[in-house]
Amino acid sequence: MSTTMASIVLGMTFVTYIPRMLPFVLLRGKELPSFWQGILKNVPYATLGALIFPGVLNFHENISFALIGAAAAFLIAFTGANIIITVLGSIGILTVLSLFS
Amino acid sequence: METTAAAQSEFKDGLAAGTGIAIGYVPAALTYGLLAKSAELTFIETMSLSIFVFAGAAQYIALSLITIGTGVFEIVLTTFILNIRHFLMSAALNEKAEEEAMWKKAAYSFGVTDETFSVAAMKSGSIHSSFMAGLILISYSSWVLGSGLGFVAGNAMPPVVQESMGIALYAMFIGLLVPSLKTSLKAVILAVTAAVLNCIFTYSGALSSGWAIIISTLIASISIEVAGQVRRKGEIE
Repeated sequence: MSTTMASIVLGMTFVTYIPRMLPFVLLRGKELPSFWQGILKNVPYATLGALIFPGVLNFHENISFALIGAAAAFLIAFTGANIIITVLGSIGILTVLSLFS
Repeated sequence: METTAAAQSEFKDGLAAGTGIAIGYVPAALTYGLLAKSAELTFIETMSLSIFVFAGAAQYIALSLITIGTGVFEIVLTTFILNIRHFLMSAALNEKAEEEAMWKKAAYSFGVTDETFSVAAMKSGSIHSSFMAGLILISYSSWVLGSGLGFVAGNAMPPVVQESMGIALYAMFIGLLVPSLKTSLKAVILAVTAAVLNCIFTYSGALSSGWAIIISTLIASISIEVAGQVRRKGEIE
């Protein structure tokens, strides 16, 4: 491996791991004020919203294809299906759709 | 020993919870391996990034920067900016983490990605290191093996399946979110607010994607917490 490439791997490893690890160390055994606890409890729902949109509209160059996939996932999940069924079902529907279109 | 049995069951739960991630990582990892090869990385270099960095989006961007001859410092800085959102995710996970030895948390924090975070954060109850070990092991294996396979074999998946599998991780995020949307208006408001903000930041080009996610999440989480407190105060007075 070239020195440049080794530096890239090392640098990327460091700057990726530190933000992942630091909160566990900094917040160890600390009880945050309830206001901040409330905010951190909100984070997962907000993050999921931001991870889904707009990404889900752009995973395929054909936006109708992307929208149908997103709609399929929402509908399957809404019936109370578990995650794997939602994932495989959405892939299945899009595969069938692209075979017949 | 009861503790061992409990840890084993947590580990199995983690593996099961991570299956959706493992499926979703396959097309992304194969593509990464293929792109790394066309960016003229060696097999060792390709695998090193997946093994040590374990951050899909950052690895993709690094490849395109390496291809155009960007310097080490810029690549590392771009990675940092892109992955700083994990700081917020780890802080949120820490609130749910069981009291355990620091080294265990330091170890599993290596595996905090958008996907493992989402699954762990939506899990009911607290987070045990054995659960995280299972969740990360299955996700990480898929990512690392997929990267290698993509490099060696190219993308062997039929194009139809490959294109359809692009929905996998989004379907997983949707599958994680929808049960909460059905029972909590607050969850709906949080998700919609962050989604709309992220669309605005992304399409206006105001922020890079790493910042767009973290700023959207923060604005939504803070403003809705403040709104909730103001409303509760109003009810008390």
